[in-house]
Amino acid sequence: MDRRKFIGGLLLAPVAAMAAGGDIVIRNAKILTVTKGSLDGSILIRNGKIAEVGPNVTAPAGARVIDAGGQFVMPGIIDCHSHIATEAVNEGSVSVSSMTGIEDTVNPEDIGIYRALAGGVTTANILHGSANAIGGKNVVIKMRWGKDAPEILLDGAMPGIKFALGENPKRRGGSDSGIATRLRYPATRMGVEDVIREAFTDARAYKATLDDYKARAAKGERVIPPRRDLKLEPLVEVLEGKRFVHAHCYRADEILMLLRVADEFGFKIRTLQHVLEGYKVAKEIKEHGAGASTFSDWWSYKVEAYDAIPYNAALMHKKGVLVSLNSDDAEMMRHLNQEAAKSVRYGGLTDDEALALITINPAKQLAIDSRVGSIEVGKDADLVIYDKHPLSNYAKVQKVFIDGEMYFERDKDMSDRAVREARRKQLMEKQKAAATAARPAGGRRPQ
Amino acid sequence: MKRRHLLLAAAGAFAYGQSGSPGLYAIQNATIHTAAGPAIANGTIVVRNGLIEAVGANVAVPAGAWAIDGKGMHVYPGLIDSLSRWGLPAPVDGPPRIVVAAPTGGGGRRGGGDEGPSNVQFQDDGGPEERPSNTSWVKAADLVQPNDASLAAARNAGFTTAVVFPATGIFAGQGSVLNLSGGKAGDMVVSSPVGQFLSMAAVRNGLASFPGSLMGSFAYIRQIYLDAEQYKTAKAMYAQNARGLQRPAYDRALEGVLESPRALLPAGRKVEIDRMIRFGKELKTPVILYGGTEAWRAADSLKAAGVPLLMNLRWPERDRDGDPDVMDSLRTLETREMAPAGPAVLAKAGVKFAFYSGGLERPADVRRAVKKAVDAGLAKEDALRALTISAAQIYGVDDRLGSLEPGKIGNLFVTDGDWLAEKTQVKMVFVDGKKFEPTAGGQTNGPA
Repeated sequence: MDRRKFIGGLLLAPVAAMAAGGDIVIRNAKILTVTKGSLDGSILIRNGKIAEVGPNVTAPAGARVIDAGGQFVMPGIIDCHSHIATEAVNEGSVSVSSMTGIEDTVNPEDIGIYRALAGGVTTANILHGSANAIGGKNVVIKMRWGKDAPEILLDGAMPGIKFALGENPKRRGGSDSGIATRLRYPATRMGVEDVIREAFTDARAYKATLDDYKARAAKGERVIPPRRDLKLEPLVEVLEGKRFVHAHCYRADEILMLLRVADEFGFKIRTLQHVLEGYKVAKEIKEHGAGASTFSDWWSYKVEAYDAIPYNAALMHKKGVLVSLNSDDAEMMRHLNQEAAKSVRYGGLTDDEALALITINPAKQLAIDSRVGSIEVGKDADLVIYDKHPLSNYAKVQKVFIDGEMYFERDKDMSDRAVREARRKQLMEKQKAAATAARPAGGRRPQ
Repeated sequence: MKRRHLLLAAAGAFAYGQSGSPGLYAIQNATIHTAAGPAIANGTIVVRNGLIEAVGANVAVPAGAWAIDGKGMHVYPGLIDSLSRWGLPAPVDGPPRIVVAAPTGGGGRRGGGDEGPSNVQFQDDGGPEERPSNTSWVKAADLVQPNDASLAAARNAGFTTAVVFPATGIFAGQGSVLNLSGGKAGDMVVSSPVGQFLSMAAVRNGLASFPGSLMGSFAYIRQIYLDAEQYKTAKAMYAQNARGLQRPAYDRALEGVLESPRALLPAGRKVEIDRMIRFGKELKTPVILYGGTEAWRAADSLKAAGVPLLMNLRWPERDRDGDPDVMDSLRTLETREMAPAGPAVLAKAGVKFAFYSGGLERPADVRRAVKKAVDAGLAKEDALRALTISAAQIYGVDDRLGSLEPGKIGNLFVTDGDWLAEKTQVKMVFVDGKKFEPTAGGQTNGPA
């Protein structure tokens, strides 16, 4: 059926059906490796991995050669905080929603994925929202546009969970929504801390119950197996160091509060998200070992986000904190390269340090840096070709590769637009005509 | 008044039927579409005491049978609405869990905590443990109203059976296969329960009650199925020997889940179909998907998983009264264009599917919707199967329903032409071997 081919071809497939495993050479490129400096040369892609990088790479027989024409190649951008590609973000009815997970609602056909590709993003951390002190589980995805939900997940990525502090989790519901409703605890920052403490106290007790059951069952005792608790299971994993915590936060005082609670219960905060006042407590963040994932210059959208400065990323970086810049937003996601550039202007980071904020640093924060985040032999061939230096305001993404497969090509996107528009007009007219024919003269049909 | 008059007339006919009706019918010289093989030209079908006794080209009319000349007529197995609300009282929204005075203005979007109604009390967390939006123990067979007008209207169009499900909530309750025979509710039940109807309906106000999101619904359903498994184990251990064991608390929500032989999950788009196939495997219970708007893209997934699909006959359409200047997205337009082609794609791929009315109430609309699928490439025999034998197979009642074969329930309808043709009229409908004759006014005479 040619019509099916049509929608498949235009909407939901990588732009070039490049045979998987076929060698590709990108030559004549300015290569920004991020971790190993920059050079003029070529990249050989084999079996979806970067096989060779250097000034002189010989293209193997049968390799597809892409001439970058002197343009820039950098590692695919990694967004450490995004809410695209999911059909749900918040489970706001409860203050601990750790039983929920983004994996259940991943939407591989969200146009946000394609738009992220067009902005050079190849990997993103898809987080639960910030409505709860302890939120739901996240997923790390690659922008494999056209693939099914399980196939866009970055396999082997460490599981994580969202926490949130401050104004969002202390919203009580009732008076906000305008609808008669029950109210939710907590209503204060104190209460947020209490919710987290109580949840982990419960998780410890749950763990003890499970252990006790296992011990008694092993001794041959007749015991009814305890109920599995999907809310507490992820928290036990946090306590055991098997699940990362990504904590939404703004104010210095509550950042310190969370670090103290984590220390007390013996777990780590993997990343502090937003962390707009991180520059005030960078030393403590560094000591705990948490990463910081912040905005370049987005603030003042609520009271707790006022005491922010554009130097935040650079200051935390200079104190030794592992820092990334994220978008938290489908639009900003499409120009994270420009967000990184601001840290050159505000804070004086080098080009490589700035690019690291959106590549290797978020890769380290998500513990996927052995796979992605820089142009190095053996890593996944997740590459972006820009026409100008990616830290320039004028740079536009030309081509995007993930696992060596091309998922975005600017020229093709432009030429497809007319075809799509024609098809749309044709269907529009057809369906309008059908709707008119179905409407009886004289107005609405009975019943 | 007119309505009552008709009902009285029907009752009179029934009284007459008790003494005069043979309970033994033979329709001769008709084209018989059995849904179990090729059509039989000039065939005869014999229905005795509610069951099909014989069907074929060379079947003798038994002595004492009420013989019906079927010349020019077509006989089909009674249609089955595979996911129906017919006969159930209209769903009512449950009351909010706690009602407070209207907010005293203000509030706004920010902060959310410094003022607000003072006569409100904080509630418990309200997670899965409170079993919100759950009436899993309710059965359609216990709710059906045999005199509901929708049942007679459907029967007039050739429907003899509906698989009826309660519709409110996430665990809405259990479905029952009901014959549209009127009379006592108990006599209508062919099989019950046949499945648990699940929806992903998040509570409208996301902060009001768990679950407030699609994610929450998944987590909730998953937890309930895990709890049910544990409950079953605990009850079995306790029943075996209660000494020294904590008594498992009775939980009707889990009882309802354990009673249900399969779960019905909503899946319209391809993304949802793939997702629900995975979810069904996780729940370790047989599943049936319902919806199927994008089935034309999902045949491979369904085939590989061996999961049956109930296709909604209410095809997505442009709103007839919609703003003519609104430009729909290409994706929306393609979905409308392609949805009716779904059944043909599924049939070709060998995926088990059945149709359901999806809220289409006028029988003519149902027929038109089926016609649309046929126009998009579905063979007429496959269209008939999707409303008869396939539905019966999906619910495991094909030993008694869904085709015209000896020994099965006497459910069939007789038309004066191809049932999908615009002008064709239904002349007779047999349910459990009882004859009904649709009248022009939409009411039914009979049983005779």
